[in-house]
Amino acid sequence: MKEITCECGHINPEGTVLCEECGKPIEKNQHIDGNDEKQLLNMRYDGSARRSQTYNRTIVDKVWNFFSSVKVGVTLIFITVIASAIGTIFPQEEFIQSTVDPAIHYRDQYGLAGQIYYQLGFHDLFSSWWYMILLAMIGISIVIASIDRFFPLYKTLKKQKPKRHELFMKKQRIFGRTTAEDIDIDRFKENLKKRRFKIYEQDGHLLAEKNRFARWGPYVNHIGLIIFLLGALLRFVPAFYVDEFIWVREGETALISGTEGEFYIKNEDFTLETYDKDDPEDARFKEAIENQEGPIPKTFRTDATIYERTNKDVTGADPELEAVKEGAATLNNPLKFDDYALYQSSYQLDEFKDMSFKIHDKDDDETNHGEFTIDLTDPQSTYELEGGFRVEVVNYFPDYEMQDGQPESVTKYPRNPAFVFNVYPPGEEEAETSFLGIGANIGASEDNQYKLGLTGFNVRDVTGLTVKKDHTLGIISLGGAIFMIGVIQGMYWNHRRIWLQPREDGVWIAGHTNKNWYALRMEIERAIEDTNIEAPVDQYEMKS
Amino acid sequence: MGDWTTISGNLLYAAFFIYLIATFFFAGTIRDKKKGKSKIAGNIGITITIIGFVTQIGYFITRWMASGHAPVSNLFEYTTFFGMMLVFAFIVLYFIYRVDLLGLFALPIALLLIAFASMFPTEVSPLVPSLQSHWLYIHVTTASLGQGILSVSFVAGLVFLISQVDQSKRSKHTYWLEFVIYIIAVTLAFIVLSSSFSAMNYEATFEAPIEGQQAEITYEMPAIAGPNEGVLISDDRMAPLFQAPEWMRGEDAAKKLNTFLWAILGGVVLYWGTRLILRKRIAASIQPLLNKKVNPELVDEVSYRAVAIGFPVFTLGALIFAMIWAQQAWDRFWGWDPKEVWALITFFFYAAYLHLRLSRGWQGMKSAWLAVGGFGIIMFNLIAVNLIISGLHSYA
Amino acid sequence: MKEKTIQKKKKRLIFRTAMLTVMVGLVVFALVANGEDEKAVVAKGEEAPDFQLKKFGTGETVQLSDLEGKGVMLNFWATYCKPCKDEMPYMEKLYPKYKEKGVEILAVNLDSTELVVESFVNEYDLSFPILQDKDGQVMELYNIGPIPSTLFINPEGEIEEQVIGPLTLDKLEGHLQNIAPEE
Repeated sequence: MKEITCECGHINPEGTVLCEECGKPIEKNQHIDGNDEKQLLNMRYDGSARRSQTYNRTIVDKVWNFFSSVKVGVTLIFITVIASAIGTIFPQEEFIQSTVDPAIHYRDQYGLAGQIYYQLGFHDLFSSWWYMILLAMIGISIVIASIDRFFPLYKTLKKQKPKRHELFMKKQRIFGRTTAEDIDIDRFKENLKKRRFKIYEQDGHLLAEKNRFARWGPYVNHIGLIIFLLGALLRFVPAFYVDEFIWVREGETALISGTEGEFYIKNEDFTLETYDKDDPEDARFKEAIENQEGPIPKTFRTDATIYERTNKDVTGADPELEAVKEGAATLNNPLKFDDYALYQSSYQLDEFKDMSFKIHDKDDDETNHGEFTIDLTDPQSTYELEGGFRVEVVNYFPDYEMQDGQPESVTKYPRNPAFVFNVYPPGEEEAETSFLGIGANIGASEDNQYKLGLTGFNVRDVTGLTVKKDHTLGIISLGGAIFMIGVIQGMYWNHRRIWLQPREDGVWIAGHTNKNWYALRMEIERAIEDTNIEAPVDQYEMKS
Repeated sequence: MGDWTTISGNLLYAAFFIYLIATFFFAGTIRDKKKGKSKIAGNIGITITIIGFVTQIGYFITRWMASGHAPVSNLFEYTTFFGMMLVFAFIVLYFIYRVDLLGLFALPIALLLIAFASMFPTEVSPLVPSLQSHWLYIHVTTASLGQGILSVSFVAGLVFLISQVDQSKRSKHTYWLEFVIYIIAVTLAFIVLSSSFSAMNYEATFEAPIEGQQAEITYEMPAIAGPNEGVLISDDRMAPLFQAPEWMRGEDAAKKLNTFLWAILGGVVLYWGTRLILRKRIAASIQPLLNKKVNPELVDEVSYRAVAIGFPVFTLGALIFAMIWAQQAWDRFWGWDPKEVWALITFFFYAAYLHLRLSRGWQGMKSAWLAVGGFGIIMFNLIAVNLIISGLHSYA
Repeated sequence: MKEKTIQKKKKRLIFRTAMLTVMVGLVVFALVANGEDEKAVVAKGEEAPDFQLKKFGTGETVQLSDLEGKGVMLNFWATYCKPCKDEMPYMEKLYPKYKEKGVEILAVNLDSTELVVESFVNEYDLSFPILQDKDGQVMELYNIGPIPSTLFINPEGEIEEQVIGPLTLDKLEGHLQNIAPEE
């Protein structure tokens, strides 16, 4: 429980493994890094007093120390890895097209395994509370482990003195003794300087160091990760994040949801292009196009005009619109306006817009007793025709299918419209009933004198757009960028130190790096060229 | 213009054989007496490797010219590119450490990858709208480079394990090492069987119900496992030994199962055949050849260095660039698509590797096994996720 | 020196407690926000959000808050939904009886064409008010997924029960009884 005074006179905080100044192993703390009876020192975090396991009385300290452990961190990572892997065995709930209750879907599709999968919650793993807690625990572990390691390491590296304890030198992995008189120290220093080492001197003891900043890499990348996670967290704040979906028909002007009634969009045109093997430009893909069963899409594009509402304060009134932007949204190129972006994400081709009919004699298609057009977004209940006929729309099925001999509509979208008409000839009270759809034209009775015929129709495409506002992207990108900088800083540079200690009969040389020992030895070999210092050896022996 | 396709195909063939020749030269380095440093055979080996690599770049460029987009858009193109990146990463690490033995193992793995790639449809395919983005090239190439470098870590780990595992007695180490070798045999068997049957134009057609409708399924290999409730309609073809289980519903599920069974069986024949001839474990037979050449500390460092270099590249390509592209194409940068999840798993796994190594001192054997596991994950993501687990990335 | 150590320890404890509190707070926030995102905004025991919709075939509008003191059955349906059609006769059958007891039935229709609804209402001869939610605004407000979906709101304006899927006559009557204002 006391601070430790080293024989060099430096006072170390408790828990120190190697004296901050001279590196002498502090005897009673060697168990912390498992240095006991080992030939080599464990140099992680330079033997600084981290984790402070001595402060372990309160619950807070216990929790803190739990998260501070790298072992715990790595365990959390492995649990996450295994959970994630299981989460990909069957498709996640969100990717399932079917409208069947997921509980039944998993059982039917994947049998018992699917049922267990569903019951354990793996069907929605990535937004399940326990997966989020796993990720959050990794985040907490990153923060605490970094705090516990960065500050002590920083202090130790700052306080380190070139003059090192004998034991410290001897127990370095790279170590060599040279017994010689004519050692060219100046040449050695010069060589080191050329190799961009910084040199510190103390009573003839040398410390050459380079790339200390590489040691901060892990902490920088951890900061990046934390910023990234915070950015992801902000998505739960509505002001930062909007995610809506709208269908807009060609020619239609619709409110863009998620914009608080501020913006409208007019779908000018939706285009779907497919690859055509007869097109000279696509001819090179001939083989692939022929091998594919359906057509291969080339472009999805919505040409649109964005309007801003100018009379925002008058609630309920018809909107007054002002065009603010014209443009196109394609996959990979969202249409951006204000803070929002519209992404091309779905479409529906050839929805019926209107249909025109004429009445003719049952036996003669050429006759014409009058025509009328039905606007499918707003069909009227009766149509008065010029020839005096009256047509009553008894029933309308926007998207009909025959079910048990009865027509039923399966959606509200006019994809396959059908009608039941009552036709009243001029002056008659009795109506003739008939059913009319695409590919169906049935008179209610054999005695019908008249028949209805489809003379024309217009179709239009519907585009599905995702509306996004995402103010978290900046924060998330910042986190990603800092993470990358940190990883590169830590991985592509190596912190290297070389100590030279004058002895009565020559010098001792020792070297340490946080990674790539072979490369450090190469570097030392070049630094001692023409200096009469003997190359040190790698004292490490691999246990295989 | 159409000729570019032919030229490109020939260049790939050429690269394949050049790598094969280079492998023999690296094999020749085993005879060198001196430990570590390379001699003549090694120099010739690396020169030929570089020529092969340049030839393969030629394939890449000509194929790009033929298709009008970077050839990384289907499984064939991607796997080929992955093999190329593995060779590139090997060249880079060779010049840092000059370990000849790395070539002897890295090139065969690259050869297997390229041969494996050509088992998939090789025709030039058009890009669907979501793939029409420059981020496709940037994301895929960087991710693949990262995976290539990480794979070198596996190669070095394998060299380490083969040379260091104690073969005098059976252990978990010997067992799993043989398993890794068996998997390599399975891959080889798949390539050999698949190309033999396709050279023979083998076809057997079945009629089977797929999602309630009768459909025709054509096998390119004799059916061990036929489709569930399938009826063989081709004449003179081997009748299946058994039917695929009922829960294998997908159109190609039974066919894939059949191919898988062939590969597994082929692997058994190949592996046990070799083992019976050698009369000991495969790794035990290779070990004496390597012992003189291998410096375990150095090989261990190569393996680690490859992770240190590859991890940032992989993160950048497979996660960050992927997120940027996903944000543009699908309006969200992350969607928990299986391929994404497996990229994240790879990232986590190597992050754990680095933490274990840096903070807990995992070196040598443990580290080598982790490198093998990492490569397993990469291959799983490449093959299993594309062929078995479908998602946005399962190349059409 | 002892004093200094104690001081230092205290500071450390405060720092650690603060960091842990902030982090745990963030995690709790994430979990709560994520949970809310998933489940319906409206849940049993919560107050039913207010809305205003046009009554079909008339110019009148109905506002939910005007019906306070009455039990309200809020049924989401469409003509293209078969099970919705099946429960319509039950509602029609029980409507007069429970209207007297102070229960109102509001049937929110999700079709987009009036004609379709009109012919349906005529065919089934429905007397309770049909509300039109063409753009699905109220549907979104109540986070309705598959239809039919029915909410039973008690006289205090709180949601008593939500039923997803079709109702049988018995069940319907039971629920209606639950939300009838006490005599």
